[in-house]
Amino acid sequence: MNVIFDNIDTFLRGFGGTLTLLGLTTLFALPFGLLLAAMRVSPVASLRATSTVYVEVLRNTPLLLVFTFFSVIITYISGALPFQVAAVLALTIYTAPFFAEAIRSGINGVPVGQAEAARSIGMTFGQTLGLVILPQAVRSVVPPLINVIIALTKNTSVAGAFFIFELFNVGREVANANGNAVVAVFLGVAFFYLIITVPLGQLADHIERRVAVRR
Amino acid sequence: MEPSHTAHPAPGTAAAGREPLVVVKNVNKHYGDLHVLKNISTTINRGEVVVVIGPSGSGKSTFCRALNRLETIDDGTILIDGKELPKEGRGLAKLRADVGMVFQSFNLFAHKTILENVTLGPIKVRKQSPADAKKRAMDLLQRVGVANQANKSPAQLSGGQQQRVAIARALAMDPKVILLDEPTSALDPEMINEVLDVMVQLAHDGMTMVVVTHEMGFARKAADRVLFMADGEILEDSTPAEFFDNPKSERAKDFLSKILTH
Repeated sequence: MNVIFDNIDTFLRGFGGTLTLLGLTTLFALPFGLLLAAMRVSPVASLRATSTVYVEVLRNTPLLLVFTFFSVIITYISGALPFQVAAVLALTIYTAPFFAEAIRSGINGVPVGQAEAARSIGMTFGQTLGLVILPQAVRSVVPPLINVIIALTKNTSVAGAFFIFELFNVGREVANANGNAVVAVFLGVAFFYLIITVPLGQLADHIERRVAVRR
Repeated sequence: MEPSHTAHPAPGTAAAGREPLVVVKNVNKHYGDLHVLKNISTTINRGEVVVVIGPSGSGKSTFCRALNRLETIDDGTILIDGKELPKEGRGLAKLRADVGMVFQSFNLFAHKTILENVTLGPIKVRKQSPADAKKRAMDLLQRVGVANQANKSPAQLSGGQQQRVAIARALAMDPKVILLDEPTSALDPEMINEVLDVMVQLAHDGMTMVVVTHEMGFARKAADRVLFMADGEILEDSTPAEFFDNPKSERAKDFLSKILTH
């Protein structure tokens, strides 16, 4: 265990790196996912098609491939994309479809009569979605959204392979320097991931209970 | 805001509105191979109360829902107050604001209070001030007899109360015409009359109404015309007295004998 306490500064910096990736990606991917979900249920066929193709392609592509595309190919083309930016970009583009699908399932869970009633009093598509459907979808959307964030937390580790200073990379470095304590080092890494993911799961339960809609 | 008695003679009189408000011309609709609306044409005049009746699967609900384009149509035209229904977008939303709709399953907004259900449209669509919208909503809730429930959520009300709120929600938009799609079919028997009473009142106030219903009493009391639909066609278009006492088509006779003898 000493190997962790001896390198606690490095661990904490890596933890910070992971949190930053997680925070920034969620910040960008959640609105992007909402937009994709809205396009998917919109009355405009071309928007529906665009969203469907995007979601299906990205969510069925390995994350490592998306990362490689942004870190290697984009850098090769444009020259100067910092790895940190490329990582957030790759994670955002990859994660947004999962957010979109979670939100869409919630939208589909709201009885169709609610949207019909909203449209029948003259609400536009945006008003129907924003004022009637989404507020009722929140309850069923929160748990799957948090599942996506938990998956994202773990996916940030892929960034470690692309010279980003985050938890998984820290684990590799410290393990390389302390070949006799590899098991302890990786248990330490796992512990830091759990510090993020376990409370997220509990937050999901809490929010689900708080925003229950009566029917 | 409601049209007065003098402007619109009581329904049942031959003089009830001669000015066309809803004009339906050669409307067709298919669900796959099923031809649900077959070349439907009819005109509903301002102030007129039209009851649409017919066996299930006759297309009467589809017809009603097509009037504000909750159902798309394959061909034909539907004009509301001289304007053709736009396909999608803001134009359609604007037109729908003028066409009230009351559903079989009420469809009150489950996350809003009763009062908010009635004020949401006026505030967000008509851009009324919240204070004005609230005042008008309370008047309407008073009129349909549920003002004392204003701050409850829909789930706390009985079906009959919910449906009366749904009528108030539609009226709050000051619509030119109200469509009621089997408004009493989902109600327990003891609650049907409280909703019908509101509808009869509305008819006597001169509101233009299209009502899909099996309530003979309402049709006789309040309707100017009865449209009998079967297999996607309008088979009869007559006054309530004529239709119930003297149906012409075999299909209508058969239908009436079934609903009158049980």
